[in-house]
Amino acid sequence: MKVALFVTCLADTLYPAVGRATVTLLERLGHEVLFPADQTCCGQMHINTGYQKQAVGLVRNHVKVFEPYDAIVAPSGSCVGSVRHQHGNVARRAGEETLAQQAESVASRTYELSEFLIDVLGVEDVGAVFPHRVTYHPTCHSLRLLKVGDKPLRLLRNVAGIDLVELLDADQCCGFGGTFALKNADTSAAMLADKLTNVLGTGAGVCTAGDSSCLMHIGGGLSRLQTETRTLHLAEILASTDGSVEERS
Amino acid sequence: MTTFLGLPGGLSHARRDTGHLEGTERFPAAAHTALADTPLRANIGNATRTIRTKRAAVVAEVEDWEALREAGRAIKQDAMAQLPELLLQLEEQVTARGGVVHWARDAAEANAIVARLVLAAGANEVVKVKSMATQEIGLNEALAEQGITAWETDLAELIVQLGHDSPSHILVPAIHRNRTQIRDIFRREMPGVDPTLTDDPHALAMAARSYLRAKFLTAKVAVSGANFGIAETGTLVVVESEGNGRMCLTLPQTLITVMGIEKVLPTFRDLEVFLQLLPRSSTGERMNPYTSLWTGVTPGDGPQAFHLILLDNGRTATLADDVGRSTLHCIRCSACLNVCPVYERTGGHAYGSVYPGPIGAILSPQLTGITGGSDPNDSLPYASSLCGACYDVCPVKIDIPSILVHLRAEHVEAHAAAHALPSAEAIAMAAAAWAMSTPKRWAAAQSASRSGRLLGRSRGTIGALPPPLSAWTNSRDLPRPPAQTFRQWWAKEHR
Repeated sequence: MKVALFVTCLADTLYPAVGRATVTLLERLGHEVLFPADQTCCGQMHINTGYQKQAVGLVRNHVKVFEPYDAIVAPSGSCVGSVRHQHGNVARRAGEETLAQQAESVASRTYELSEFLIDVLGVEDVGAVFPHRVTYHPTCHSLRLLKVGDKPLRLLRNVAGIDLVELLDADQCCGFGGTFALKNADTSAAMLADKLTNVLGTGAGVCTAGDSSCLMHIGGGLSRLQTETRTLHLAEILASTDGSVEERS
Repeated sequence: MTTFLGLPGGLSHARRDTGHLEGTERFPAAAHTALADTPLRANIGNATRTIRTKRAAVVAEVEDWEALREAGRAIKQDAMAQLPELLLQLEEQVTARGGVVHWARDAAEANAIVARLVLAAGANEVVKVKSMATQEIGLNEALAEQGITAWETDLAELIVQLGHDSPSHILVPAIHRNRTQIRDIFRREMPGVDPTLTDDPHALAMAARSYLRAKFLTAKVAVSGANFGIAETGTLVVVESEGNGRMCLTLPQTLITVMGIEKVLPTFRDLEVFLQLLPRSSTGERMNPYTSLWTGVTPGDGPQAFHLILLDNGRTATLADDVGRSTLHCIRCSACLNVCPVYERTGGHAYGSVYPGPIGAILSPQLTGITGGSDPNDSLPYASSLCGACYDVCPVKIDIPSILVHLRAEHVEAHAAAHALPSAEAIAMAAAAWAMSTPKRWAAAQSASRSGRLLGRSRGTIGALPPPLSAWTNSRDLPRPPAQTFRQWWAKEHR
């Protein structure tokens, strides 16, 4: 099956290893991955910060780029959430009904990685090997906007050698929230502090999730505490067949 | 679009100089102070965790919970769509059954009506049923100016009143107090209290009981809010736990009820849905202990004079916004507060308004109006990480995250309209949108951002940046930008 990768601007710029892992994984499962090079950003940061008018051009570009594809996959619950729940509204608010309908059509073919693997491909065991202690943080938008439920956990449970430990208060937000982390930095940091306590309490060497943004937040906190616990995107674990992951450079 | 409600005058927001809908500080500053208060965070964390656990358990046992939520949402949407007609019907029914209906555009009008009615009844004190509407309009302070004393009879409201404090939660106004603090307030402020009073919850309740009993037996006038007002029959409903409300609603000669206009329900039968949704969502009980319903005046039984004040105070302006109007569906259960990670850490006072938490962050600024300026309420729609926990528990399915995002856009656009020069943030957002709107510009911007590699420490992270990014690096590192972006890798190595 041909799959268009919507890599997300964050993974493209700061976490290319997450994009590469998604490609590795999908190709290993026998699918052809295409990367529409004209993609930029879904506009979620603009939309959630109040700049909906400025986001219309980004929605237009996203729709134009992904319109031709039957299946679009992103390693992010949050960006897929924006495509699915915001793009139509943003276009409509700007009086662009045609764009809104096109956006909704693209949204109906856009999947978060764990949804795509389980719902579309019907795979729970992707053949990964990762013999490490791992804890999983369900990101808010994958959990509550996309309702992915336990799909990421089902994929992780099928990883050979993994020691998957439950995270206390897993469904509590890590405090990222896009520009919330800057505008309400104190509250965001207080939420992060509790998340870090729970992550470290698992004794896991790796905290994983389906969103690079939340992992940037949690990872930034773990790094500040100078702990050995690191963050890895779900795709990086699922892509691994020898227990190692590509080093970030 | 505008909605005519049959109210005197046009659409208007709640006046900012009256009522308790807005604080004096913007949310980030108020939150900063609250976050430093360790006992406060412990009190609120313990209480919200307890209530949300109870709520989750009693909601889980209702098989058709999702259908009930949908019914609640649909009834409220229907009521809002025919609000003018329903309010007139309610007025007609209440009047036909011996009550008197008054219309108040704002807090000042409502307060003036209550004061006039109390004085006309020959009273200089009133007993009060716990009510958000009267907290919203600042009734107690307004009555005090007229020489009238208002006694709060809900235990938590009493704690707040005796402590010269303000409510910090819709359902549990004294949630920010633990029992030791409550004992100290009672010992200090409650006339005739046993000076050896302990912090045993039963002892505290008994002290309040004997203090309040005298008020119930002597007050000539009671003031209440209403959870629901039934247009079909003119029936008012108060849902409570303690029975103190029932005392106020039945013992005094005169009863004055202040009800927000959005509390109207079309038919008596609609209560079937809300009396299931409300207690499970608010206190985590299958059923609340006291539900009082009254219809006009019953000769020889209960209050012999009944006045209903229908309060707008920004509600018609809220109704006119087709995205924001579902905020008016709120039944004040406070389930959203108890699951909100922001509320749990800052408490309610940081929101300034009597309506805190996620619902307050959308209700307060809509009632007062978004100005685009630096008003405290303009900061409330940003007081959320958009985690969505509030939407999941809302018994009438108010999509709070989407309304927060909508109000942020209203704020940004109002700011742009009111200022000749764009804000630094607006310039940054416009620049980012420009750079991201074509792939070439985006690739160029990515190359520029990789100059951030120079900042990277040997550990591969960035630990300190100047403002505004210092807000991030004060407590978190940033990753050093990688040597090549994904698209560069794809172009070079994958094809």
